[in-house]
Amino acid sequence: MKNYVILGNSAAAVGCIEGIRQVDKEGVITVISSELHHTYSRPLISYLIYGKTDEQRMKYRPDDFYTKNGVTALLGKTAVKIDKDLKKVMLDDGSAVAYDKLLVATGSRPFVPPMQGLEKVKNQFTFMTLDSAKALQAALTKQSRVLIIGAGLIGLKCAEGIRKDVASITVVDLADRILPSILDTEGSAMMQRHIEKSGVEFILGDSVKEFSEHSAVLNSGKTIDFDILVIAVGVRPNTELVKEAGGVVNRGIATNDHCQTTLADIYAAGDCTESTDITDDTVKVLALLPNAYMQGECAGINMAGGEKLYNKAIPMNAIGFFGLHIITAGSYKGDETISRGNGSYKKLVTRDGLLKGYILIGEVARAGIYTALIREKTPLDTIDFDLIKEKPQLMAFSKADRAHKLAEHSHSL
Amino acid sequence: MKRIYVNEKWCLGCHLCEYYCAFAASGEDDMAKALKDITINPRIKIEEQGDISFAVSCRHCDEPLCVKGCITGALTVENGVISIDQNKCVGCYTCILSCPYGAVMPSETGAVQKCELCTKNACGEPACVKGCPNRAIVFEERG
Repeated sequence: MKNYVILGNSAAAVGCIEGIRQVDKEGVITVISSELHHTYSRPLISYLIYGKTDEQRMKYRPDDFYTKNGVTALLGKTAVKIDKDLKKVMLDDGSAVAYDKLLVATGSRPFVPPMQGLEKVKNQFTFMTLDSAKALQAALTKQSRVLIIGAGLIGLKCAEGIRKDVASITVVDLADRILPSILDTEGSAMMQRHIEKSGVEFILGDSVKEFSEHSAVLNSGKTIDFDILVIAVGVRPNTELVKEAGGVVNRGIATNDHCQTTLADIYAAGDCTESTDITDDTVKVLALLPNAYMQGECAGINMAGGEKLYNKAIPMNAIGFFGLHIITAGSYKGDETISRGNGSYKKLVTRDGLLKGYILIGEVARAGIYTALIREKTPLDTIDFDLIKEKPQLMAFSKADRAHKLAEHSHSL
Repeated sequence: MKRIYVNEKWCLGCHLCEYYCAFAASGEDDMAKALKDITINPRIKIEEQGDISFAVSCRHCDEPLCVKGCITGALTVENGVISIDQNKCVGCYTCILSCPYGAVMPSETGAVQKCELCTKNACGEPACVKGCPNRAIVFEERG
């Protein structure tokens, strides 16, 4: 009977468990996680503070998930070392857990850059885990003036989550526009105008020169007084265990298309890894929940002796702020087709006869039809591109392709 | 398992499937009462252009990207049927980003909705199939 050990307890870990169980119903699975919680959805912490979910509903899998899948969950324990020769993981309590196959799904941690005077700020928070969200929530009052450093996905989801509970929110970012990782300049400007309507103030192209306990002096000379500081500058993958064991780590842990690291019997999945973005063939850390699940599932199937490839990774995000939805996928280098509507924005990017990326704001219906064109590298000369440019629709495919999609049993695509 | 299959050759473009879908989901007994003066938001939708038309609803894929990508765990597969727990869904639309058929859509509640093969309503079997006057939508076991 195989002995599977998983470091981590989030999307990649759950994907791995479900992947293993597709192949092996008997093997022993042990999950080791620093956090004490039952598996929960990290992106839901902003919805928790907002009140749109609660701790029960934000569980990523039901309460009986570990029992049903024969998983021993060692929660509140942290792996400190992988001994790849003895095939053991050492824990912080001095114990060791042996494995036949190991998954490293250790995620990422908030990056807090050195900033002068930061140690003087008592009310400083990050926003990534359930505990960090609860700590922030406990410190907020209706009078709180909140300063958020970072106008990316995490900083702005935090802003949305807490907006109605605080007096003011100021977001400062070194970049000259918001959400630069997923939007182009026009999309950023549109979202900024929308978010500002809810009373969130932005100071862009600027950064903190020095903190004191309740104020920040910016490089521009501006001073911002605050009660609560949230640092959401970015995240760093937790790669140390694999690196110290001798595995290849670049931006993230390097894995092959079976989600295996360069070390025997050690796999990795999720935010701690890097993957090849098939839209531009560059290696990136694609720290996204759907990718984490699919990597984990792929790793699990392979760990259990099955055969599965993870070779269609693309950046993709579905996210909304104050009621305005964004869906994006792929990369944005190529020929652009842009259309603008009342409260909506759309950009399609093509290159080499393929759809490479898109940005949809406001009007997001059926976006997955576009995503599939990117992921499957569908040659655009095999579909009616003019039709599909208007809106995502299956009508744009040939009659035979339509019949294949709708009149036959679908395995996936 | 039995799934819904669409044969566009037989589709009249009458949109009755959409109305039967909305009626089945309404929980009402009387179709006229259920649908009068409302804009329906059915889980099956007709695409049409020129003389071509066909219905699109969830394919209940064996490898459902919507379920794998769901950030909350609200989308699940049970006995091959993919269903949505609207109480768990926060409306992030990752499933709309993921579905290659465009078969998941927002509902009035903010959560998403999709075809669940009428397993959660009183209809028993897919209402769109029962209501299709020309057998352009069928509910069958196929390989």
